[in-house]
Amino acid sequence: MKITVRVWRQPNSQADGRMVSYEVDQVSEDMSFLEMLDVLNERLTHEGQDPIAFDSDCREGICGMCGVVINGEAHGPVQTTTCQLHMRSFKDGDEIDIEPWRAEGFPILKDLIVDRSAFDRIIQAGGYITAPTGAAPDAHAAPVPKNAADKAFDAATCIGCGACVAACPNGSAMLFTAAKITHLGLLPQGQPERDSRVLGMVAQHDEEGFGGCTNIGECAAVCPKEIPLETISRLNRDLLGALVRGDSN
Amino acid sequence: MTDSQAPTTPDPTLGVDADSLYVEGDAIADTKAPDGPIDAKWQQRIFSARLVNPANRRKLSVIVIGTGLAGASAAATLGESGMHVKSFCYQDSPRRAHSIAAQGGINAAKNYRNDGDSVYRLFYDTVKGGDYRSREDNVYRLAQTSTQIIDQCVAQGVPFAREYGGLLDNRSFGGVQVSRTFYARGQTGQQLLLGAYQALERQIAAGTVTMYTRHEMQELVIVDGRARGVIVRNMVTGELETHFADAVVLASGGYGNVFYLSTNAMGSNVTAAWRAHRKGALMANPCYTQIHPTCIPVAGDYQSKLTLMSESLRNDGRIWVPKRIEDCEKDPRDIAEEDRDYYLERIYPSFGNLVPRDIASRAAKYVCDEGRGVGPKVGDFRRGVYLDFSDALSRMTQAQIAAKYGNLFDMYERITGESPYQVPMRIYPAVHYVMGGLWVDYDLQSNIPGLYVTGEANFSDHGANRLGASALMQGLADGYFVLPNTIGDYLADGPFDALDESHPAAVEAKQAVQSRIDHLLSINGERTVDSIHKELGHIMWEYCGMERNEEGLRKAIGLIRELRTEFWTNVKVLGTNEELNQALERAGRVADFLELGELMCIDALHRRESCGGHFRSESQTEDGEALRHDDEYAYVAAWQFGGTDQPGDVGKPVLHKEDLTYKFIELKQRSYK
Amino acid sequence: MALKALMAVTGLFMVLFLILHVYGVLQAFGGREVYNAYATHLHQFGVPILHYNWFLWIIGVVLLIAVLGHIYAAAHLTVRDWRARTGAGRRYQTNKGRRGNQRSYASFTLRIGGVYLGLYVIFHLLNLTAGTIHPGGATPDPYQLLLNNFKVWWVVLIYTLGMIAVGFHLRHGVWSALTTLGAHTGLKARRRLNILAYILSFGIAIGFLLVPWAIVVGVIH
Repeated sequence: MKITVRVWRQPNSQADGRMVSYEVDQVSEDMSFLEMLDVLNERLTHEGQDPIAFDSDCREGICGMCGVVINGEAHGPVQTTTCQLHMRSFKDGDEIDIEPWRAEGFPILKDLIVDRSAFDRIIQAGGYITAPTGAAPDAHAAPVPKNAADKAFDAATCIGCGACVAACPNGSAMLFTAAKITHLGLLPQGQPERDSRVLGMVAQHDEEGFGGCTNIGECAAVCPKEIPLETISRLNRDLLGALVRGDSN
Repeated sequence: MTDSQAPTTPDPTLGVDADSLYVEGDAIADTKAPDGPIDAKWQQRIFSARLVNPANRRKLSVIVIGTGLAGASAAATLGESGMHVKSFCYQDSPRRAHSIAAQGGINAAKNYRNDGDSVYRLFYDTVKGGDYRSREDNVYRLAQTSTQIIDQCVAQGVPFAREYGGLLDNRSFGGVQVSRTFYARGQTGQQLLLGAYQALERQIAAGTVTMYTRHEMQELVIVDGRARGVIVRNMVTGELETHFADAVVLASGGYGNVFYLSTNAMGSNVTAAWRAHRKGALMANPCYTQIHPTCIPVAGDYQSKLTLMSESLRNDGRIWVPKRIEDCEKDPRDIAEEDRDYYLERIYPSFGNLVPRDIASRAAKYVCDEGRGVGPKVGDFRRGVYLDFSDALSRMTQAQIAAKYGNLFDMYERITGESPYQVPMRIYPAVHYVMGGLWVDYDLQSNIPGLYVTGEANFSDHGANRLGASALMQGLADGYFVLPNTIGDYLADGPFDALDESHPAAVEAKQAVQSRIDHLLSINGERTVDSIHKELGHIMWEYCGMERNEEGLRKAIGLIRELRTEFWTNVKVLGTNEELNQALERAGRVADFLELGELMCIDALHRRESCGGHFRSESQTEDGEALRHDDEYAYVAAWQFGGTDQPGDVGKPVLHKEDLTYKFIELKQRSYK
Repeated sequence: MALKALMAVTGLFMVLFLILHVYGVLQAFGGREVYNAYATHLHQFGVPILHYNWFLWIIGVVLLIAVLGHIYAAAHLTVRDWRARTGAGRRYQTNKGRRGNQRSYASFTLRIGGVYLGLYVIFHLLNLTAGTIHPGGATPDPYQLLLNNFKVWWVVLIYTLGMIAVGFHLRHGVWSALTTLGAHTGLKARRRLNILAYILSFGIAIGFLLVPWAIVVGVIH
């Protein structure tokens, strides 16, 4: 099939950007979206043009590095990562608009590549359990009820891709933050730091310039790992509790 | 090191002068493992290794390259102990490391199932699985520390699967008879990595670790014989930065991408290890590569990577190809039962579809070479075989199958557009892991003082074949429990002399990187980096893949040399260095693969036996199994770089043999009867 | 951080008020005497502990504080959210997918609906509480005031639009407020919250709308 892509081109973080159209021929349905971009880039290189810069690594849907907004939807028309989107989701003659994640918290570096280090800083603010190497008790010392373990796992599958932010009309990273808070907050090992974790992470989230959550739900709708929206409510619960309790660890 | 000619027979029919492929140097040995009973060695080493004075710790600095399981755990642990750590990764965040993609599980000798598991049994299974080509001391220690790994991960909040009583669940894996694999549904790698990543982020917040994301190591800096720093390239601005430390740890992963198509991430590369190798670090057993039998086949020439499907599928699926070549284009559901060749069941009646990975992989290749492969053609051949669940679907309900394999079936359908519930899956073997890597001693230190290597980047624990669920175990063992205990012995003499960028070694290293970059950007030829990388991948897969032979390897070496010349004279890299330039990044990595590939072929050529993942067609049993020659080849082949500073000049590598002696295990021929 | 909680609490407080207010408004179906008696009762509530009209003033003041708190938090959060999504103007260049993936009309109209409601409330107070705006004719009789008002077509229109706005605003607002307070902990809870939001928003909107439209069609006279 033959498609036309309109891609955001921006040479660096200071420059202005704009949408540029390219035609791509001989696109096979079995190609992944990123392989289609690879094919386009090979042609651009042959023509002496700067290839389109985009992030990708594992191309298996687990590292969270790829991610673009396709026709206005984060990761495109299928609820999966961009690398797992295949061209059979499109038809011959389609026009596809491709843009980077847009949010105050995600400055654009080049073309479709954004800086997501804000996510790392949110984790630094409390998204961990303090367990220095060597200090751990036997693994069975604290049994974890199966449904808590399962729920914690569901929240722990977040890959940190940032689609939630890209889709949120408020540019909020609440789903990302809530996923980690829920994961660790459901486990017995996570209890001692439960208050400081939520206070720290939410404060960092706000400082990064992400917006506030109004429970619209676009985030969970595009999340490739289907992180449940209820994690945000759990975060709220922890947050109110921590604010009321006052002293943090 | 003396130069002595290795005994080789020149083959006049091929262009490559066989006599001059390599030379043999002095034998080497690990000097750090203490004597005595194997179960006491590690404790003894911990005691004999010198400790760093706690007051001195904050004066010491360590560089860690790579933030996967081995790198993140090491950086976090060293930071916790009070040292300054500088951590580097090429991705935008440490959490992207490819350890994240591991599916199956992590082994540990906890014996929670009370089924006869023990540290010794895990040690034994790992050595045997490695086809008796690993250093037994290192492997025993791996088994010993495995239990602590699980404790550490649980304490960090890794959400392992639990049973209803709240205790950890186990499963058995890869044909092993005990149930010792801990898992987190199909995402064990991700969850373990997140545990280490979170510990790393805690240290970054505490100020003990400084993280440099989007920074790629380009060169090692050696001062007075010690590894003292690295030159890294800031991938956003192109700036070359010099960083010094008292020790350097490479946790940079495996080199499977030398085959272009593998299950590795797009960015996985050998550059950090290879630059160290060029500076004198020995590269051990590079030809030991692991091929996984159940991956989704190549769909077209544009394919960028291969996706692994968990091996557990072979428990219920039946593998077959059509008996006749003309049936290969048909819809498999239209092929009658009697026209199907269930070749594994035919050739290996007792093991059937559950033969080990290397056997299954080779068998698939043979039927496809005969022209009986299925799926789309790639080049002249169809490269795929059927993994059929129709029998299982008639025995079990769809819900039962979904409970076992649902997420795998979904992933398959997303990628191929076909549903395994209705049509047989198509699979084909793919490169997955490399057992080879930089040589290290019992302390995980390379032959360059101050250069440590952990995780898949080193050669140490898996011999010629890695068991399932043990890669995760090794990365975390190295990073949490081994390196932090052994590096102290070296750092006890530190901190070493303070250095600054004007030191001649640093200036020279930076200059070398700069001129390499300038050169790559100036060639302005006709071929894209990817096209050369693909061609290298074809050569490697064809001649140094599942099955190797003398003629093919020699031919490959010739082809690689030509391709390398082509690269350095005809590659096209657009843009400049002073910007985010992904083509330039890839070019640097491919340049190193073009040198590694040749060494792998030389290594495979010189090892005239079959063991584990290295299969020489000239050395097999009557049943077609790998035939080892323990009398001649029970050693680690550690290669020393033989070329000059000039890019592309690899010269003649020097072979240093480390004899493998097994005092606590009896060598046996691997048997699947 | 606590601004969201402020929005939730003030919002729910106002919803509570609305429920009681619906009850009061529906007294109109009881006829002139019933309605006027109720109005008098409100003025006299709490006598002798509270003086005449104190009850209404207290409620009024508390509501005012809630409204101001709600508006303050809303304005502050809105500005912050606009900044977070790189400006109040166009975010993505593409014209596609601008409706979002699963957005309800209610969540889309939350802010603009809230602004309309604010203006509407001012009109409503001037209209039926202070009596300053009396399009149908002024009168001291509360029941008569109702009848006078809703004979005027644009008054009916303003109130109808207001009630539609209330319905949408509450549909998302109730669900969002309860989620913000931590009530959405699972699928079952989510279903219940949604049902509650529908009941409250529909109930209140329709409850209020019954009276003006009943006057229009002549059921109340």
